[in-house]
Amino acid sequence: MAELRVRVNGADHLLDIPPQVSLLDALREHLGLTGTKKGCDQGACGACTVLADGERINACLALAVQYADREITTIEGIDHPIQEAFVRHDGFQCGYCTSGQICSAIGMLAEHKDGMPSAVTGEPSAEGEELTDEEIRERMSGNLCRCGAYHGIVEAIGEVAR
Amino acid sequence: MRAFSYVSAPDVATAVRAVSETPNAKFLGGGTNLVDLMRENIEHPDVLVDVSRLPLNGVEELPDGGLRIGATVRNSALAAHPLVRTRYPVVSQAVLNGASAQLRNMATVGGNLLQRTRCLYFYDTASPCNKREPGSGCAALGGFTRDAGILGVSERCVATHPSDLCVALVALGAVVEVESTRGTRRIPLTDLHRLPADTPQRETVLERDELITAVELPPVPAAANSRYRKVRDRASYAFALVSVAAALRLDGDTITEARLALGGIAPKPWRANEAEHVLTGARATEETFDRAAAAELDRAQAVGDNAFKIELTRRTIVATLRELTHEGSRP
Ligand SMILES: Cc1cc2nc3c(=O)[nH]c(=O)nc-3n(C[C@H](O)[C@H](O)[C@H](O)COP(=O)(O)OP(=O)(O)OC[C@H]3O[C@@H](n4cnc5c(N)ncnc54)[C@H](O)[C@@H]3O)c2cc1C
Ligand code: SF4
Ligand code: FES
Ligand code: FES
Repeated sequence: MAELRVRVNGADHLLDIPPQVSLLDALREHLGLTGTKKGCDQGACGACTVLADGERINACLALAVQYADREITTIEGIDHPIQEAFVRHDGFQCGYCTSGQICSAIGMLAEHKDGMPSAVTGEPSAEGEELTDEEIRERMSGNLCRCGAYHGIVEAIGEVAR
Repeated sequence: MRAFSYVSAPDVATAVRAVSETPNAKFLGGGTNLVDLMRENIEHPDVLVDVSRLPLNGVEELPDGGLRIGATVRNSALAAHPLVRTRYPVVSQAVLNGASAQLRNMATVGGNLLQRTRCLYFYDTASPCNKREPGSGCAALGGFTRDAGILGVSERCVATHPSDLCVALVALGAVVEVESTRGTRRIPLTDLHRLPADTPQRETVLERDELITAVELPPVPAAANSRYRKVRDRASYAFALVSVAAALRLDGDTITEARLALGGIAPKPWRANEAEHVLTGARATEETFDRAAAAELDRAQAVGDNAFKIELTRRTIVATLRELTHEGSRP
Protein backbone atom coordinates (compact mmCIF):
# COMPACT_ATOMS: atom_id res chain seq x y z
CA MET A 1 0.00 0.00 0.00
CA ALA A 2 1.51 3.29 -1.09
CA GLU A 3 1.24 6.45 0.94
CA LEU A 4 -1.00 9.01 -0.62
CA ARG A 5 -0.51 12.72 -0.21
CA VAL A 6 -3.72 14.70 -0.27
CA ARG A 7 -4.11 18.44 0.12
CA VAL A 8 -7.25 19.47 1.97
CA ASN A 9 -8.20 23.00 3.09
CA GLY A 10 -4.62 24.15 2.61
CA ALA A 11 -2.93 21.39 4.62
CA ASP A 12 -1.06 18.32 3.35
CA HIS A 13 -1.91 14.90 4.76
CA LEU A 14 -0.26 11.53 4.22
CA LEU A 15 -2.75 8.68 4.05
CA ASP A 16 -2.14 4.96 4.06
CA ILE A 17 -5.19 3.87 2.08
CA PRO A 18 -5.87 1.39 -0.73
CA PRO A 19 -7.05 2.72 -4.12
CA GLN A 20 -10.67 1.70 -3.57
CA VAL A 21 -11.15 4.40 -0.92
CA SER A 22 -13.26 7.23 -2.24
CA LEU A 23 -12.34 10.83 -1.63
CA LEU A 24 -15.48 11.04 0.52
CA ASP A 25 -14.39 8.16 2.79
CA ALA A 26 -10.84 9.50 2.91
CA LEU A 27 -12.18 12.84 4.18
CA ARG A 28 -14.70 11.42 6.63
CA GLU A 29 -13.12 8.20 7.89
CA HIS A 30 -9.42 8.92 7.58
CA LEU A 31 -9.14 12.68 8.11
CA GLY A 32 -12.08 13.10 10.48
CA LEU A 33 -13.59 15.80 8.27
CA THR A 34 -17.21 14.75 8.73
CA GLY A 35 -18.72 18.02 7.48
CA THR A 36 -18.95 16.47 4.00
CA LYS A 37 -21.96 14.14 4.04
CA LYS A 38 -22.73 10.78 2.48
CA GLY A 39 -26.29 10.65 1.15
CA CYS A 40 -26.48 8.05 -1.62
CA ASP A 41 -22.84 7.13 -2.33
CA GLN A 42 -23.75 6.91 -6.03
CA GLY A 43 -23.61 10.41 -7.46
CA ALA A 44 -27.35 10.97 -7.17
CA CYS A 45 -27.81 13.48 -4.34
CA GLY A 46 -24.91 15.96 -4.11
CA ALA A 47 -24.51 15.76 -0.30
CA CYS A 48 -20.82 14.88 -0.81
CA THR A 49 -20.02 17.91 -2.99
CA VAL A 50 -16.54 19.35 -2.41
CA LEU A 51 -14.32 21.63 -4.48
CA ALA A 52 -11.27 20.34 -6.36
CA ASP A 53 -9.16 23.32 -7.49
CA GLY A 54 -12.36 25.31 -7.10
CA GLU A 55 -14.47 22.96 -9.26
CA ARG A 56 -17.40 21.20 -7.66
CA ILE A 57 -17.34 17.39 -7.78
CA ASN A 58 -19.08 14.47 -6.06
CA ALA A 59 -16.55 13.06 -3.60
CA CYS A 60 -18.41 9.73 -3.42
CA LEU A 61 -17.58 8.79 -7.02
CA ALA A 62 -14.06 10.20 -6.85
CA LEU A 63 -11.31 7.78 -5.95
CA ALA A 64 -8.97 9.57 -3.53
CA VAL A 65 -5.94 8.49 -5.61
CA GLN A 66 -7.34 10.30 -8.62
CA TYR A 67 -7.43 13.57 -6.70
CA ALA A 68 -4.06 13.31 -4.93
CA ASP A 69 -2.54 16.30 -6.67
CA ARG A 70 -5.61 18.53 -6.48
CA GLU A 71 -6.40 21.20 -3.92
CA ILE A 72 -9.52 19.95 -2.11
CA THR A 73 -11.78 22.34 -0.21
CA THR A 74 -14.48 21.02 2.10
CA ILE A 75 -17.06 22.87 4.18
CA GLU A 76 -14.54 22.99 7.05
CA GLY A 77 -12.33 25.20 4.88
CA ILE A 78 -15.02 27.61 3.73
CA ASP A 79 -15.72 31.11 4.97
CA HIS A 80 -18.09 32.71 2.46
CA PRO A 81 -21.07 35.11 2.57
CA ILE A 82 -23.29 32.33 1.20
CA GLN A 83 -23.21 30.68 4.63
CA GLU A 84 -24.88 33.59 6.39
CA ALA A 85 -27.28 33.98 3.50
CA PHE A 86 -28.41 30.38 4.06
CA VAL A 87 -29.13 31.22 7.70
CA ARG A 88 -30.99 34.44 6.82
CA HIS A 89 -33.16 32.75 4.20
CA ASP A 90 -33.87 29.46 5.98
CA GLY A 91 -31.92 27.55 3.35
CA PHE A 92 -32.06 24.35 5.39
CA GLN A 93 -34.00 22.39 7.93
CA CYS A 94 -32.13 19.27 9.10
CA GLY A 95 -28.89 20.53 7.55
CA TYR A 96 -27.77 17.23 6.08
CA CYS A 97 -27.54 18.50 2.51
CA THR A 98 -26.22 21.93 3.51
CA SER A 99 -22.46 21.50 3.30
CA GLY A 100 -22.91 20.05 -0.18
CA GLN A 101 -25.27 22.88 -1.14
CA ILE A 102 -22.76 25.49 0.06
CA CYS A 103 -19.78 23.95 -1.76
CA SER A 104 -21.90 23.47 -4.86
CA ALA A 105 -23.16 27.06 -4.78
CA ILE A 106 -19.61 28.41 -4.54
CA GLY A 107 -18.53 26.24 -7.48
CA MET A 108 -21.62 27.29 -9.39
CA LEU A 109 -21.02 31.02 -8.90
CA ALA A 110 -17.47 30.59 -10.24
CA GLU A 111 -18.74 28.61 -13.26
CA HIS A 112 -21.30 31.29 -14.05
CA LYS A 113 -18.64 33.99 -13.80
CA ASP A 114 -16.50 32.02 -16.27
CA GLY A 115 -19.34 31.97 -18.79
CA MET A 116 -20.37 28.32 -18.31
CA PRO A 117 -23.84 27.91 -19.84
CA SER A 118 -26.63 25.77 -18.36
CA ALA A 119 -29.49 23.82 -19.93
CA VAL A 120 -31.73 26.88 -19.56
CA THR A 121 -29.23 29.44 -20.90
CA GLY A 122 -30.05 30.77 -24.35
CA GLU A 123 -27.75 31.54 -27.26
CA PRO A 124 -24.08 32.25 -26.60
CA SER A 125 -24.84 35.97 -27.09
CA ALA A 126 -27.02 35.92 -23.98
CA GLU A 127 -23.90 35.50 -21.85
CA GLY A 128 -23.14 37.56 -18.77
CA GLU A 129 -26.81 37.60 -17.90
CA GLU A 130 -27.74 37.63 -14.28
CA LEU A 131 -28.49 34.43 -12.46
CA THR A 132 -32.27 34.18 -12.56
CA ASP A 133 -34.07 31.85 -10.16
CA GLU A 134 -34.60 29.49 -13.11
CA GLU A 135 -30.84 29.45 -13.76
CA ILE A 136 -30.07 28.85 -10.08
CA ARG A 137 -32.53 25.96 -9.90
CA GLU A 138 -31.10 24.31 -13.01
CA ARG A 139 -27.46 24.86 -12.04
CA MET A 140 -28.08 23.55 -8.51
CA SER A 141 -30.11 20.49 -9.62
CA GLY A 142 -27.26 18.19 -8.62
CA ASN A 143 -28.01 18.92 -4.96
CA LEU A 144 -31.15 17.38 -3.57
CA CYS A 145 -32.73 18.50 -0.30
CA ARG A 146 -34.93 15.94 1.37
CA CYS A 147 -36.39 18.64 3.62
CA GLY A 148 -37.43 20.64 0.58
CA ALA A 149 -35.71 23.86 1.64
CA TYR A 150 -35.33 24.80 -2.02
CA HIS A 151 -37.06 28.18 -1.78
CA GLY A 152 -34.64 29.38 0.88
CA ILE A 153 -31.67 27.89 -0.96
CA VAL A 154 -32.57 29.70 -4.19
CA GLU A 155 -33.16 32.98 -2.31
CA ALA A 156 -29.88 32.72 -0.43
CA ILE A 157 -27.86 32.05 -3.56
CA GLY A 158 -29.73 34.73 -5.48
CA GLU A 159 -28.94 37.31 -2.81
CA VAL A 160 -25.22 36.56 -2.94
CA ALA A 161 -25.13 36.38 -6.75
CA ARG A 162 -26.87 39.73 -7.32
CA MET B 1 -15.69 -2.58 -3.28
CA ARG B 2 -13.37 -5.40 -4.20
CA ALA B 3 -9.63 -4.64 -3.99
CA PHE B 4 -7.83 -3.58 -7.17
CA SER B 5 -4.61 -1.87 -8.07
CA TYR B 6 -4.34 1.53 -9.65
CA VAL B 7 -1.95 2.92 -12.24
CA SER B 8 -1.97 6.42 -13.64
CA ALA B 9 -0.81 6.40 -17.27
CA PRO B 10 1.48 9.25 -18.37
CA ASP B 11 0.89 8.71 -22.11
CA VAL B 12 -1.33 6.84 -24.56
CA ALA B 13 1.24 4.15 -25.37
CA THR B 14 1.72 3.25 -21.69
CA ALA B 15 -2.03 3.21 -21.05
CA VAL B 16 -2.74 0.95 -24.00
CA ARG B 17 0.13 -1.41 -23.17
CA ALA B 18 -0.89 -1.64 -19.50
CA VAL B 19 -4.45 -2.73 -20.30
CA SER B 20 -3.34 -4.98 -23.15
CA GLU B 21 -0.85 -6.87 -20.96
CA THR B 22 -3.08 -7.27 -17.91
CA PRO B 23 -6.00 -9.68 -18.36
CA ASN B 24 -8.56 -8.04 -16.10
CA ALA B 25 -7.54 -4.39 -16.43
CA LYS B 26 -9.82 -1.52 -17.41
CA PHE B 27 -9.40 2.11 -18.39
CA LEU B 28 -10.66 4.64 -15.86
CA GLY B 29 -11.96 8.02 -17.00
CA GLY B 30 -13.75 10.31 -14.55
CA GLY B 31 -15.00 7.23 -12.72
CA THR B 32 -18.59 8.45 -12.46
CA ASN B 33 -19.95 5.25 -14.00
CA LEU B 34 -17.20 2.70 -13.42
CA VAL B 35 -16.64 3.47 -9.71
CA ASP B 36 -20.39 3.22 -9.14
CA LEU B 37 -20.58 -0.14 -10.95
CA MET B 38 -17.59 -1.44 -9.00
CA ARG B 39 -19.14 -0.41 -5.70
CA GLU B 40 -22.33 -2.26 -6.71
CA ASN B 41 -20.20 -5.30 -7.52
CA ILE B 42 -21.31 -5.32 -11.16
CA GLU B 43 -17.83 -4.64 -12.52
CA HIS B 44 -14.74 -6.04 -10.83
CA PRO B 45 -11.51 -5.19 -12.63
CA ASP B 46 -8.25 -6.15 -10.92
CA VAL B 47 -6.40 -3.15 -12.29
CA LEU B 48 -7.57 0.34 -13.16
CA VAL B 49 -5.47 2.27 -15.64
CA ASP B 50 -6.32 5.92 -15.12
CA VAL B 51 -6.49 7.69 -18.48
CA SER B 52 -8.26 10.80 -17.21
CA ARG B 53 -5.06 12.84 -17.16
CA LEU B 54 -3.72 11.84 -20.57
CA PRO B 55 -2.94 14.85 -22.75
CA LEU B 56 -6.10 14.29 -24.81
CA ASN B 57 -8.04 17.23 -23.40
CA GLY B 58 -8.14 19.62 -26.33
CA VAL B 59 -10.91 20.71 -28.67
CA GLU B 60 -9.34 21.58 -32.01
CA GLU B 61 -10.66 22.91 -35.26
CA LEU B 62 -9.98 20.63 -38.26
CA PRO B 63 -8.87 22.00 -41.64
CA ASP B 64 -12.23 21.01 -43.21
CA GLY B 65 -14.16 23.03 -40.60
CA GLY B 66 -14.92 20.03 -38.42
CA LEU B 67 -13.91 19.59 -34.79
CA ARG B 68 -11.65 17.13 -33.01
CA ILE B 69 -12.61 16.52 -29.39
CA GLY B 70 -10.04 14.78 -27.18
CA ALA B 71 -11.27 11.77 -25.18
CA THR B 72 -10.38 13.27 -21.80
CA VAL B 73 -12.11 16.61 -22.35
CA ARG B 74 -14.47 16.97 -19.41
CA ASN B 75 -18.17 17.05 -20.27
CA SER B 76 -18.45 20.55 -18.77
CA ALA B 77 -15.55 21.89 -20.86
CA LEU B 78 -17.09 20.44 -24.01
CA ALA B 79 -20.45 22.10 -23.31
CA ALA B 80 -18.81 25.48 -22.68
CA HIS B 81 -16.50 25.48 -25.69
CA PRO B 82 -17.28 28.47 -27.96
CA LEU B 83 -16.89 26.51 -31.22
CA VAL B 84 -19.17 23.76 -29.94
CA ARG B 85 -21.77 26.26 -28.81
CA THR B 86 -21.86 28.15 -32.11
CA ARG B 87 -21.28 25.39 -34.69
CA TYR B 88 -22.89 22.42 -32.94
CA PRO B 89 -25.26 23.84 -30.30
CA VAL B 90 -27.03 20.46 -30.10
CA VAL B 91 -23.86 18.94 -28.59
CA SER B 92 -23.58 21.58 -25.90
CA GLN B 93 -27.29 21.31 -25.09
CA ALA B 94 -27.18 17.50 -24.91
CA VAL B 95 -24.31 17.58 -22.41
CA LEU B 96 -25.96 20.29 -20.29
CA ASN B 97 -29.17 18.25 -20.16
CA GLY B 98 -27.34 15.25 -18.72
CA ALA B 99 -26.35 14.38 -15.16
CA SER B 100 -25.43 17.32 -12.85
CA ALA B 101 -22.81 20.06 -12.93
CA GLN B 102 -20.68 18.10 -10.44
CA LEU B 103 -20.77 14.95 -12.58
CA ARG B 104 -20.11 16.89 -15.79
CA ASN B 105 -17.00 18.39 -14.17
CA MET B 106 -15.71 14.85 -13.54
CA ALA B 107 -16.93 12.87 -16.58
CA THR B 108 -14.81 12.53 -19.71
CA VAL B 109 -15.97 12.30 -23.33
CA GLY B 110 -14.53 8.77 -23.70
CA GLY B 111 -16.28 7.58 -20.55
CA ASN B 112 -19.55 9.16 -21.58
CA LEU B 113 -19.56 7.15 -24.83
CA LEU B 114 -18.96 3.89 -22.95
CA GLN B 115 -21.25 4.44 -19.95
CA ARG B 116 -23.46 1.44 -19.32
CA THR B 117 -27.24 1.11 -19.17
CA ARG B 118 -29.24 2.35 -16.18
CA CYS B 119 -31.66 -0.61 -16.40
CA LEU B 120 -32.79 -1.10 -12.78
CA TYR B 121 -32.35 -4.87 -12.95
CA PHE B 122 -28.84 -4.59 -14.37
CA TYR B 123 -28.00 -2.69 -11.17
CA ASP B 124 -29.83 -5.15 -8.90
CA THR B 125 -27.52 -8.14 -8.49
CA ALA B 126 -30.40 -10.18 -7.01
CA SER B 127 -32.24 -10.09 -10.36
CA PRO B 128 -31.52 -12.19 -13.42
CA CYS B 129 -29.92 -10.12 -16.18
CA ASN B 130 -28.48 -11.39 -19.46
CA LYS B 131 -26.21 -8.40 -19.76
CA ARG B 132 -24.67 -8.82 -16.31
CA GLU B 133 -24.81 -12.62 -16.29
CA PRO B 134 -25.25 -14.06 -19.79
CA GLY B 135 -27.97 -16.71 -19.94
CA SER B 136 -29.54 -15.86 -16.59
CA GLY B 137 -32.66 -14.28 -18.11
CA CYS B 138 -34.05 -10.75 -18.23
CA ALA B 139 -35.90 -9.43 -15.20
CA ALA B 140 -37.08 -6.36 -17.09
CA LEU B 141 -39.37 -8.50 -19.26
CA GLY B 142 -42.50 -8.78 -17.16
CA GLY B 143 -41.08 -6.18 -14.77
CA PHE B 144 -40.87 -2.42 -14.68
CA THR B 145 -40.31 -1.22 -18.27
CA ARG B 146 -40.68 2.55 -18.11
CA ASP B 147 -37.01 2.93 -19.08
CA ALA B 148 -37.00 0.06 -21.62
CA GLY B 149 -36.52 0.58 -25.35
CA ILE B 150 -39.05 0.56 -28.19
CA LEU B 151 -36.60 0.17 -31.09
CA GLY B 152 -33.69 -2.24 -31.63
CA VAL B 153 -34.23 -4.27 -28.45
CA SER B 154 -34.28 -8.08 -28.36
CA GLU B 155 -35.97 -10.83 -26.37
CA ARG B 156 -32.76 -11.15 -24.38
CA CYS B 157 -32.43 -7.50 -23.40
CA VAL B 158 -34.64 -4.42 -23.65
CA ALA B 159 -32.29 -1.95 -21.97
CA THR B 160 -31.55 1.51 -23.38
CA HIS B 161 -28.31 3.42 -23.81
CA PRO B 162 -28.38 6.32 -21.35
CA SER B 163 -26.03 8.89 -22.89
CA ASP B 164 -27.38 12.26 -24.01
CA LEU B 165 -24.11 13.35 -25.61
CA CYS B 166 -24.05 10.28 -27.87
CA VAL B 167 -27.46 11.14 -29.33
CA ALA B 168 -26.23 14.55 -30.48
CA LEU B 169 -22.93 13.14 -31.76
CA VAL B 170 -24.57 10.34 -33.72
CA ALA B 171 -26.95 12.80 -35.41
CA LEU B 172 -23.92 14.74 -36.63
CA GLY B 173 -22.09 11.69 -38.01
CA ALA B 174 -19.27 11.68 -35.44
CA VAL B 175 -16.31 9.35 -35.88
CA VAL B 176 -14.52 7.75 -32.92
CA GLU B 177 -10.75 7.32 -32.99
CA VAL B 178 -9.43 4.31 -31.14
CA GLU B 179 -5.88 3.29 -30.24
CA SER B 180 -4.46 -0.10 -29.25
CA THR B 181 -1.15 -1.96 -29.45
CA ARG B 182 -2.32 -2.98 -32.94
CA GLY B 183 -2.55 0.62 -34.13
CA THR B 184 -5.24 3.23 -34.73
CA ARG B 185 -8.69 2.75 -36.17
CA ARG B 186 -11.61 5.04 -36.88
CA ILE B 187 -15.16 3.91 -36.21
CA PRO B 188 -18.32 5.84 -37.13
CA LEU B 189 -20.20 6.37 -33.86
CA THR B 190 -23.29 4.70 -35.40
CA ASP B 191 -21.24 1.48 -35.55
CA LEU B 192 -19.62 1.73 -32.10
CA HIS B 193 -22.53 0.35 -30.07
CA ARG B 194 -24.07 -3.01 -30.92
CA LEU B 195 -27.70 -4.04 -30.79
CA PRO B 196 -28.24 -6.71 -28.11
CA ALA B 197 -29.62 -9.58 -30.26
CA ASP B 198 -28.49 -12.76 -28.46
CA THR B 199 -25.44 -11.23 -26.78
CA PRO B 200 -26.48 -8.18 -24.74
CA GLN B 201 -23.24 -8.48 -22.74
CA ARG B 202 -21.34 -7.32 -25.85
CA GLU B 203 -22.21 -3.67 -25.99
CA THR B 204 -19.69 -2.21 -28.42
CA VAL B 205 -17.39 -3.30 -31.23
CA LEU B 206 -14.34 -2.33 -29.15
CA GLU B 207 -11.84 -4.84 -27.83
CA ARG B 208 -11.10 -4.63 -24.11
CA ASP B 209 -7.71 -2.97 -24.70
CA GLU B 210 -8.83 -0.32 -27.19
CA LEU B 211 -8.57 3.24 -25.89
CA ILE B 212 -10.81 5.97 -27.25
CA THR B 213 -8.50 8.90 -28.00
CA ALA B 214 -10.80 11.35 -29.79
CA VAL B 215 -14.17 12.01 -31.35
CA GLU B 216 -14.27 13.91 -34.64
CA LEU B 217 -17.20 15.90 -35.92
CA PRO B 218 -17.38 16.54 -39.67
CA PRO B 219 -18.54 19.96 -40.87
CA VAL B 220 -22.36 19.87 -40.86
CA PRO B 221 -23.91 23.10 -42.21
CA ALA B 222 -27.32 22.25 -40.71
CA ALA B 223 -25.78 21.93 -37.25
CA ALA B 224 -25.77 25.70 -36.67
CA ASN B 225 -29.57 25.33 -36.46
CA SER B 226 -29.75 22.37 -34.13
CA ARG B 227 -31.43 21.49 -30.86
CA TYR B 228 -31.59 18.84 -28.16
CA ARG B 229 -34.90 18.19 -26.50
CA LYS B 230 -35.14 15.82 -23.54
CA VAL B 231 -38.27 14.52 -21.85
CA ARG B 232 -37.85 13.08 -18.36
CA ASP B 233 -39.64 12.46 -15.09
CA ARG B 234 -38.34 15.64 -13.48
CA ALA B 235 -37.09 18.92 -14.90
CA SER B 236 -33.39 18.26 -14.38
CA TYR B 237 -30.88 15.60 -13.21
CA ALA B 238 -32.74 12.59 -14.60
CA PHE B 239 -32.14 10.23 -17.49
CA ALA B 240 -34.22 10.62 -20.66
CA LEU B 241 -37.54 8.89 -21.20
CA VAL B 242 -37.22 10.16 -24.74
CA SER B 243 -34.80 12.62 -26.29
CA VAL B 244 -34.38 14.09 -29.74
CA ALA B 245 -31.29 15.64 -31.32
CA ALA B 246 -32.13 17.43 -34.55
CA ALA B 247 -30.59 19.79 -37.07
CA LEU B 248 -32.35 21.41 -40.04
CA ARG B 249 -31.17 23.54 -42.93
CA LEU B 250 -33.87 25.33 -44.85
CA ASP B 251 -34.04 27.07 -48.20
CA GLY B 252 -37.30 29.00 -48.00
CA ASP B 253 -39.63 26.32 -46.72
CA THR B 254 -37.71 23.43 -48.27
CA ILE B 255 -35.56 21.24 -46.05
CA THR B 256 -32.14 20.95 -47.70
CA GLU B 257 -30.43 19.02 -44.92
CA ALA B 258 -31.88 17.11 -41.96
CA ARG B 259 -30.22 15.31 -39.06
CA LEU B 260 -32.20 13.40 -36.47
CA ALA B 261 -31.33 11.01 -33.68
CA LEU B 262 -33.22 9.59 -30.70
CA GLY B 263 -32.27 8.77 -27.13
CA GLY B 264 -33.87 6.89 -24.25
CA ILE B 265 -35.68 4.49 -26.57
CA ALA B 266 -33.02 2.13 -27.97
CA PRO B 267 -29.96 0.10 -26.91
CA LYS B 268 -27.73 2.52 -28.80
CA PRO B 269 -27.86 6.19 -29.77
CA TRP B 270 -30.42 5.89 -32.56
CA ARG B 271 -29.77 7.70 -35.83
CA ALA B 272 -33.20 8.19 -37.40
CA ASN B 273 -32.27 7.39 -41.00
CA GLU B 274 -35.85 6.72 -42.12
CA ALA B 275 -37.04 10.05 -40.80
CA GLU B 276 -34.11 11.92 -42.33
CA HIS B 277 -34.95 10.35 -45.67
CA VAL B 278 -38.52 11.67 -45.51
CA LEU B 279 -37.39 15.13 -44.39
CA THR B 280 -34.63 15.78 -46.89
CA GLY B 281 -35.94 17.75 -49.87
CA ALA B 282 -39.48 17.96 -48.45
CA ARG B 283 -41.36 21.08 -47.36
CA ALA B 284 -41.06 21.92 -43.69
CA THR B 285 -44.69 21.36 -42.70
CA GLU B 286 -46.47 19.57 -39.86
CA GLU B 287 -47.54 16.95 -42.35
CA THR B 288 -43.91 16.25 -43.32
CA PHE B 289 -42.82 16.07 -39.68
CA ASP B 290 -45.64 13.62 -38.91
CA ARG B 291 -44.66 11.44 -41.86
CA ALA B 292 -41.01 11.48 -40.84
CA ALA B 293 -41.80 10.44 -37.27
CA ALA B 294 -44.18 7.74 -38.48
CA ALA B 295 -41.55 6.33 -40.85
CA GLU B 296 -39.00 6.05 -38.06
CA LEU B 297 -41.45 4.59 -35.55
CA ASP B 298 -42.99 2.15 -37.99
CA ARG B 299 -41.13 -0.75 -36.38
CA ALA B 300 -41.39 0.53 -32.81
CA GLN B 301 -42.81 -1.95 -30.32
CA ALA B 302 -43.94 -1.48 -26.76
CA VAL B 303 -42.30 -3.57 -24.06
CA GLY B 304 -44.66 -4.24 -21.17
CA ASP B 305 -46.37 -1.00 -20.27
CA ASN B 306 -44.16 1.48 -22.12
CA ALA B 307 -46.40 2.01 -25.19
CA PHE B 308 -46.64 5.68 -24.15
CA LYS B 309 -43.03 6.10 -25.30
CA ILE B 310 -43.99 5.54 -28.93
CA GLU B 311 -46.45 8.44 -28.88
CA LEU B 312 -44.11 10.54 -26.73
CA THR B 313 -41.29 10.02 -29.23
CA ARG B 314 -43.54 10.97 -32.13
CA ARG B 315 -44.62 14.17 -30.43
CA THR B 316 -41.12 15.09 -29.33
CA ILE B 317 -39.76 14.64 -32.86
CA VAL B 318 -42.51 16.83 -34.35
CA ALA B 319 -42.14 19.51 -31.65
CA THR B 320 -38.36 19.70 -32.10
CA LEU B 321 -38.61 19.97 -35.89
CA ARG B 322 -41.30 22.63 -35.58
CA GLU B 323 -39.09 24.65 -33.26
CA LEU B 324 -36.10 24.39 -35.61
CA THR B 325 -38.24 25.46 -38.56
CA HIS B 326 -39.22 28.67 -36.75
CA GLU B 327 -35.65 29.38 -35.74
CA GLY B 328 -34.12 28.34 -39.09
CA SER B 329 -36.39 30.55 -41.17
CA ARG B 330 -35.68 33.66 -39.09
CA PRO B 331 -33.70 36.14 -41.22
C1 LIG C 1 -26.60 10.21 -10.78
C2 LIG C 1 -26.14 10.20 -12.21
C3 LIG C 1 -26.93 10.78 -13.18
C4 LIG C 1 -26.52 10.77 -14.50
N1 LIG C 1 -27.34 11.33 -15.45
C5 LIG C 1 -26.96 11.29 -16.75
C6 LIG C 1 -27.79 11.83 -17.78
O1 LIG C 1 -28.88 12.36 -17.51
N2 LIG C 1 -27.36 11.75 -19.07
C7 LIG C 1 -26.18 11.18 -19.40
O2 LIG C 1 -25.83 11.16 -20.57
N3 LIG C 1 -25.38 10.66 -18.46
C8 LIG C 1 -25.74 10.70 -17.15
N4 LIG C 1 -24.94 10.15 -16.21
C9 LIG C 1 -23.80 9.35 -16.64
C10 LIG C 1 -22.54 10.14 -16.86
O3 LIG C 1 -22.69 10.94 -17.99
C11 LIG C 1 -21.43 9.10 -17.08
O4 LIG C 1 -21.23 8.42 -15.86
C12 LIG C 1 -20.13 9.72 -17.53
O5 LIG C 1 -20.28 10.39 -18.76
C13 LIG C 1 -19.06 8.66 -17.67
O6 LIG C 1 -17.81 9.28 -17.92
P1 LIG C 1 -16.54 8.97 -17.01
O7 LIG C 1 -15.37 9.66 -17.60
O8 LIG C 1 -16.81 9.26 -15.58
O9 LIG C 1 -16.44 7.39 -17.25
P2 LIG C 1 -15.88 6.22 -16.33
O10 LIG C 1 -16.87 5.91 -15.28
O11 LIG C 1 -14.49 6.51 -15.92
O12 LIG C 1 -15.83 5.06 -17.42
C14 LIG C 1 -16.98 4.54 -18.04
C15 LIG C 1 -16.54 3.39 -18.96
O13 LIG C 1 -15.76 3.89 -20.04
C16 LIG C 1 -14.49 3.26 -20.07
N5 LIG C 1 -13.57 4.32 -20.50
C17 LIG C 1 -13.39 5.54 -19.95
N6 LIG C 1 -12.60 6.31 -20.73
C18 LIG C 1 -12.23 5.52 -21.78
C19 LIG C 1 -11.41 5.74 -22.94
N7 LIG C 1 -10.82 6.91 -23.18
N8 LIG C 1 -11.27 4.71 -23.81
C20 LIG C 1 -11.85 3.52 -23.59
N9 LIG C 1 -12.64 3.27 -22.52
C21 LIG C 1 -12.83 4.26 -21.64
C22 LIG C 1 -14.25 2.72 -18.69
O14 LIG C 1 -13.41 1.60 -18.72
C23 LIG C 1 -15.67 2.36 -18.26
O15 LIG C 1 -16.02 1.11 -18.78
C24 LIG C 1 -25.30 10.17 -14.87
C25 LIG C 1 -24.49 9.60 -13.89
C26 LIG C 1 -24.90 9.61 -12.57
C27 LIG C 1 -24.02 8.98 -11.54
S1 SF4 D 1 -33.13 -5.35 -20.01
FE1 SF4 D 1 -31.02 -6.02 -20.36
S2 SF4 D 1 -29.90 -5.00 -18.73
FE2 SF4 D 1 -32.06 -4.98 -18.10
S3 SF4 D 1 -32.40 -6.88 -16.92
FE3 SF4 D 1 -32.89 -7.36 -19.04
S4 SF4 D 1 -30.94 -8.18 -19.80
FE4 SF4 D 1 -30.42 -7.04 -17.97
S1 FES E 1 -23.26 10.92 -1.57
FE1 FES E 1 -22.24 11.60 -3.34
S2 FES E 1 -23.87 12.25 -4.59
FE2 FES E 1 -24.93 11.35 -2.90
S1 FES F 1 -31.95 20.55 4.93
FE1 FES F 1 -32.53 18.51 5.31
S2 FES F 1 -31.91 17.59 3.44
FE2 FES F 1 -31.69 19.64 2.98
